[in-house]
Amino acid sequence: MDPLFTWTDFFVLKPAILLSLFGCGILLTDFLLKQGRWNALTALVGEGFVAVALWQHCEDVAANGQRFALGGSMAVDGFSVFFNYIFVVSAILAIIIASRYMDDEKSNRGEFYGLMLFAQAGMTVMAQGYELVTLFIGLELMALSFYVMVGFLRNELRSNEAAMKYLILGALSSGFLAYGFSIFYGISGSTNLAAIADAVAGREISDPVLLIALVTTSVGLFFKISVVPFHMWAPDAYEGAPTPITAYVSVASKAASFAMMMRIFLVPLVSVQELWMPLFGAVALLTMTLGNIAALTQNNLKRLLAYSSISHAGYILLGLAAGNETGLKGISLYILVYIFMNFGVFALISAMRREGHAAEDIDDLNGLMHRHPGYAILMLVLLLSLAGIPPMAGFYGKYFIFLGLLEAGSYLLAIAGALYVAVSAYYYFRIVRAMFLSESLEPAVIAPGLGTKIALVASAVFTLLIGLYPEPFINMATDSILLALR
Amino acid sequence: MKEHILSIVWLTPLVGMFILLLLPKENKQLIRIVANLAAFAGFLVSLPLVFWFDNSIADYQFVERVSWIPALGVEYYLGIDGISLLLIMLTTVVGFLSILSSWTAIEERVKEYYAFFLFLQAGMLGVFMALDLFLFYVFWEIMLVPMYFIIGIWGHARRLYAAIKFFLYTLAGSVLMLLAMLALYFKHAEQFGVYTFAIEDLMRTQVPLDMQIWLFWGFFIAFAIKVPMFPLHTWLPDAHTEAPTAGSVILAGVLLKMGLYGLVRFSIPLLPEAASDATTVQIIAVLSIIAIVYGALVSLMQKNWKKLIAYSSVSHLGFCTLGIIALNPNGIAGGILQGLNHGLSTPLLFLVIGIVYEQRHALEIADYGGLANRMPIYTTIFLISILASMGMPGLNGFIGEFTILRGAFERDVTWAAFAVLGIVLGAAYLLWLFQRTMLGPMTNPKNEILRDLNLREICVMAPLVLWCFWIGLYPKQHFAVLEKPVARIVERVDPEYYSRNGIPNPLTDGVRVASLVQD
Repeated sequence: MDPLFTWTDFFVLKPAILLSLFGCGILLTDFLLKQGRWNALTALVGEGFVAVALWQHCEDVAANGQRFALGGSMAVDGFSVFFNYIFVVSAILAIIIASRYMDDEKSNRGEFYGLMLFAQAGMTVMAQGYELVTLFIGLELMALSFYVMVGFLRNELRSNEAAMKYLILGALSSGFLAYGFSIFYGISGSTNLAAIADAVAGREISDPVLLIALVTTSVGLFFKISVVPFHMWAPDAYEGAPTPITAYVSVASKAASFAMMMRIFLVPLVSVQELWMPLFGAVALLTMTLGNIAALTQNNLKRLLAYSSISHAGYILLGLAAGNETGLKGISLYILVYIFMNFGVFALISAMRREGHAAEDIDDLNGLMHRHPGYAILMLVLLLSLAGIPPMAGFYGKYFIFLGLLEAGSYLLAIAGALYVAVSAYYYFRIVRAMFLSESLEPAVIAPGLGTKIALVASAVFTLLIGLYPEPFINMATDSILLALR
Repeated sequence: MKEHILSIVWLTPLVGMFILLLLPKENKQLIRIVANLAAFAGFLVSLPLVFWFDNSIADYQFVERVSWIPALGVEYYLGIDGISLLLIMLTTVVGFLSILSSWTAIEERVKEYYAFFLFLQAGMLGVFMALDLFLFYVFWEIMLVPMYFIIGIWGHARRLYAAIKFFLYTLAGSVLMLLAMLALYFKHAEQFGVYTFAIEDLMRTQVPLDMQIWLFWGFFIAFAIKVPMFPLHTWLPDAHTEAPTAGSVILAGVLLKMGLYGLVRFSIPLLPEAASDATTVQIIAVLSIIAIVYGALVSLMQKNWKKLIAYSSVSHLGFCTLGIIALNPNGIAGGILQGLNHGLSTPLLFLVIGIVYEQRHALEIADYGGLANRMPIYTTIFLISILASMGMPGLNGFIGEFTILRGAFERDVTWAAFAVLGIVLGAAYLLWLFQRTMLGPMTNPKNEILRDLNLREICVMAPLVLWCFWIGLYPKQHFAVLEKPVARIVERVDPEYYSRNGIPNPLTDGVRVASLVQD
């Protein structure tokens, strides 16, 4: 009989173990030492350890290819390494933005960073899981941590409301997901993705059981990636949450959910591709339509970005709707560049204050160019990237998605997606207009801490760097899908 | 030096921009001097192109080709032919002059203004050099951003509306072009197994006619918005009217030419069967004729001086597209040359407006009248630019319009008939404008403050006036430069054209047809 827990198991689980240890460590030291300022630093050290562990994963994948552990329920492959790195980068950015922001909000407590790491542990399990129960546990670990973090500003009504909405709708979606998973278990007698793949391949494509399983699973995941019509929680949750958490939710949790989605739909469900591709196409189209149009009239920056992030989720979903290698490459690359552009914008928002209160309206940015030309220009880079204007990084994500759609022959989706780029440019340029064109008697006040500055500059620099020299990043995205899914 | 000349040309303004960013923003005079020097340096480094350019070579010259994104097959691939040469020289000249013209007109946010202008200059130059579609797209998109700011920050009352309208219109067109580009790129990769955006490779792709037509319209919409062609022209009057003087100058002088350039460099050679398809030709010709006549009629009705010139651009650019879509050597060469002419005379007209606007802050034609009494030099230059614009023999507009009419006549007599109507109307609205603003007694006492041109303003306008006369009196060099590239386009759409008509083919026969006008 195999030993219960081998070194391979440990190796594969290492990122999640490290994250949990550091998370617990922060809770303990915060309780014992009462030295709030060390929490963020401890969390960053933890991220450093995780990065090293991921580097070992990376070496291992290069040498041995895909590796399974824990009885085939967890995997290490190019895909998991890629996404884990994405989680590390976004967690680091979120932590350094948060350290100042939470101080200002007088809520800088150890639990906050602990929860961030726990959420990330859940994400790594989602990216590495190769079995339905494992994936589900990862998802719940992430989601539960986020429910608390979204409501972390206990004295703010908005934050509480956001957490409540997020919790209720999130729990509902988990129910859908669990239901779908249970049907998969029913038709295959196993929760392992490879075994389910065999069972699904053996079934008729018109099998109603299969269809129910597929639809309920999709619905559960659609909630998590906030696509229409399951997006309603996003604007409220984004607006109410502390800004660093808004950024973290919109990037990392979405990336993790997409990773899980890709695993499920490209391993067990790949044989019924023609069943879910049109579904995803339709949902993506609806999402882009609603996200872009609703964003047009928003005055609150965080709400605007919530809708913009909904529409970005639509674009990313188009990559799955294309269903070919180019489209999948597009998803990886899109998520990679999305970290930087989104975090950069949120870093700036988190630094916006007016008389000690967080200022979050577009008008609060009026005249930024006068007072802080440097920030205004960095922000311009990020917004152009979000709009997908070359040579910014955001363009390449759309490039691959459109190319994938054209290769798959989905011309109408490609045209719709392309035209929505112009629509989205309108609302991104409302922000640009406020910064550069509007005169304000009381110009915007931005007071970033050192961490926020680093996050903002690093995000903008990466956005521009990936845009001007995308080669290594495209190769990374290519590697991420080559080893894993087919 | 010679092998990197194109990079040097487009990077010079960019370097100038970075130097400018290092200067303190309070020292406006220093910023102006540096910006003008940078723009002038941009012009100087482009001059060698004229001397080194070899008319006898049909292929692209000064080629630079380095891999940029191997994973996508994208290259940093620059090169020019005669068409690009003319437009690059137009850009460096008009770009410099518009920067020079802003010396006193821009008082606020001076540093940003010049920085955006130099950035714009770099982007426009890149557009005319790129031989890789992807690279072209990058330049094409990125130059929208500085133009947006130039209109939006330093424009007139409705500048915010005009700026975003300009931006979104162009962006909507260009994303469709992106899809057409990608489809062509993918088709090429399917056939050859190699991913590339180099246009000469993409030209080898066999594209079925129905797909060609789709792709053609994809490209066409992007370029037609930029030209702008009826009915996609509605952004232009707003952008032209609301932009600051130098912005209008660069818009009319160079930006609109990018649409024409796109047609002759990409749409037509890449998709020759779709371009020469009878329906396509008919549609574009009809749209061009509508633009000519409609633009002229609307110009006649304008009360706003700048708007009048803006609509006259619609009409004049209609001539250019009409010539190009005639798809014969005269038509195409005339279309391009007329584009250049428009790039010389319309900037002059806008500069003229700018000079009185700077002093009077009024743009209504009714506010002026009898300026000739006070401003003789000014009136003379205005008259020259009006005559150039309406096609007076001896000036550049005549040569362009005449060549286009020859091309159009050869293709379809009715086209030429409508085009002539446009010329007549053009003379009407321009001369009427002149009469209302310059002649008669000076009735409005506010105009008493107006002064005649100073030396700087004369220096701004003189090069353009001289160039107008050069083309008008001795256009030979311009046609010689255009001969081979035009022949290459004609070969693509109609390979039998030269043998069928018994005209020596400049590409193969080795005969130097000195000038298309004189043959």
